[in-house]
Amino acid sequence: MSVNALYDYKFEPKDKVENFHGMQLLYVLWPNHLMFCSPFALLVQPDMTFRALVDEVLKPATASHPEAAKADFLGGEWLLNDEPFTPAPDASLKDNGIDHKSMLTVTTPGLDGLAGAGF
Amino acid sequence: MVSKNKKLNLKDKYQYLTRDMAWEPTYQKKKDIFPDEDFEGIKITDWSQWEDPFRLTMDAYWKYQAEKEKKLYAIFDAFAQNNGHQNISDARYVNALKLFLTGVSPLEHAAFQGYSKVGRQFSGAGARVACQMQAIDELRHSQTQQHAMSHYNKHFNGLHDAAHMHDRVWFLSVPKSFFDDARTAGPFEFLTAISFSFEYVLTNLLFVPFMSGAAYNGDMATVTFGFSAQSDEARHMTLGLEVIKFILEQHEDNVPIVQRWIDKWFWRGFRLLSLVSMMMDYMLPNKVMSWSEAWEVYYEQNGGALFKDLERYGIRPPKYQDVANDAKHHLSHQLWSTFYQYSQATNFHTWIPGKEEMDWMSEKYPDTFDKYYRPRYEYWAKEHAEGRRFYNNTLPQLCQVCQVPTLFTEMGEPTRLSHRQMKYEGERYHFCSEACCDIFKHEPEKYIQAWLPVHQIYQGNCEGGDVETVVQKYYHIEVGVDNFEYIGSPDHKHWLSIKGKSFDSKAEKSEQDAA
Repeated sequence: MSVNALYDYKFEPKDKVENFHGMQLLYVLWPNHLMFCSPFALLVQPDMTFRALVDEVLKPATASHPEAAKADFLGGEWLLNDEPFTPAPDASLKDNGIDHKSMLTVTTPGLDGLAGAGF
Repeated sequence: MVSKNKKLNLKDKYQYLTRDMAWEPTYQKKKDIFPDEDFEGIKITDWSQWEDPFRLTMDAYWKYQAEKEKKLYAIFDAFAQNNGHQNISDARYVNALKLFLTGVSPLEHAAFQGYSKVGRQFSGAGARVACQMQAIDELRHSQTQQHAMSHYNKHFNGLHDAAHMHDRVWFLSVPKSFFDDARTAGPFEFLTAISFSFEYVLTNLLFVPFMSGAAYNGDMATVTFGFSAQSDEARHMTLGLEVIKFILEQHEDNVPIVQRWIDKWFWRGFRLLSLVSMMMDYMLPNKVMSWSEAWEVYYEQNGGALFKDLERYGIRPPKYQDVANDAKHHLSHQLWSTFYQYSQATNFHTWIPGKEEMDWMSEKYPDTFDKYYRPRYEYWAKEHAEGRRFYNNTLPQLCQVCQVPTLFTEMGEPTRLSHRQMKYEGERYHFCSEACCDIFKHEPEKYIQAWLPVHQIYQGNCEGGDVETVVQKYYHIEVGVDNFEYIGSPDHKHWLSIKGKSFDSKAEKSEQDAA
């Protein structure tokens, strides 16, 4: 559908990748850990390795959760944009097929959050 | 007009001073004078069928409002002279005012602008007059709310720059974008959005809890504002109902258009009111009723009766009302958890509810609080007691439509986040729910332009790359004063000194645990 308007209604998306000065947006969700209320929104370099994403970005972001120290994110079960995904740890995000505004979901079996409440 | 009576009776006066002020144009086409009336596809066959909902003439309106104003400002003066802020239940209450002043009062002003605009767009004189009066009401509400709360600004933090914050602060993009969406629509959608879906269907969920909350917590200035606005609100609700019935009665082709607007604006209003849910359950030290009780009375019962009444026009209840009804058990807790962890970026404080408050919530939310939410607070309280007050230091994903972080859970699955994504013209977009995704699909060009605060920070448009700089410089939130945890904040210490106590961090924490 399109907007019902008095004139030809056409605008540029506000969050095109070129507006991020060589960086891109990436969202990461760690299900069953609602201590973090929503997926993280991250600003990342497309050519950083997947391993660096996990070690330098995801681990610090989740560090305050008591299960974070036990989490083996690289060995976890990953989804990329809701599809099963096997990351290549030493390839870049771009070469892993992770484009601007992609969403990663990582489940860490055995870690279901606190108090049986997915927290 | 020749009249023997010098004084007109009410009915004549109304006729002469409203509808009779209009005329049929002769040297311009009506379509050129009112160019915005048709493009939404709404068909009006006979404007004379419009029943004026107010039956109020301008001269009576001025007189009546002036009387109310006089009484209102007398109370404000008395409140200030008697240091009324010292008699509230607790300084935590003021945080509800901070949220109201930055989130709601600017919407009153936006409503003033919106009604002024649509008051020019209708070719029916009755509708024009109604909208103009409501525009003036909304302007008055915006002003009197600011005056009611200005006394608090002298004694508490975070109230100093509401209009500026409304345009910039991350969570205030939720109310702001709600109204911008309505104001950029056509005149009939605007009235369906604001007069009907918001004022008629949902406004009781905002005003009743807020004004009763003020009364329960000793805030006489805000209570008095509430009384002063009440008769206006009643008029606005009447307009909301008249609008919807008028449009539906005019032409059957209007029904599917209006139904889609009701689906959209019910949902957008419900998302906006999620802020009110946490205000009710968490920010009022003396509680009036729970969010779930308010939702049951004001939406499920009253709304249920309303939509039953509208059935004969072919209108069904809003598409996603089941999701909203289910969410009443979770909404306020999920919102408060979010604001608790992002308090570094808000103009108000957050805290862990005391033991009595948690017991109240167990009672009000027997199926959900102890199971899903109490464990959160007990964990965070323990962390805080050990010197590790929890903050989330990574920015959240926001919904492209409602702009709330994607924090809501699936209906019937309270531990699974509800999230949708889709691609449109090669770009990816993310949503908090099926309902917001539906809204996007219908008018994608509108929402691809959304000014999402998190993305704006990452694009470098907010005067800094780190949260502290953005908060201080771009938001005008004073770091360490307006934001962070309530316990130990300047507001908290100030309140203790008013009450003749001093702040002892250890004692306060254990008192908080025991309270």
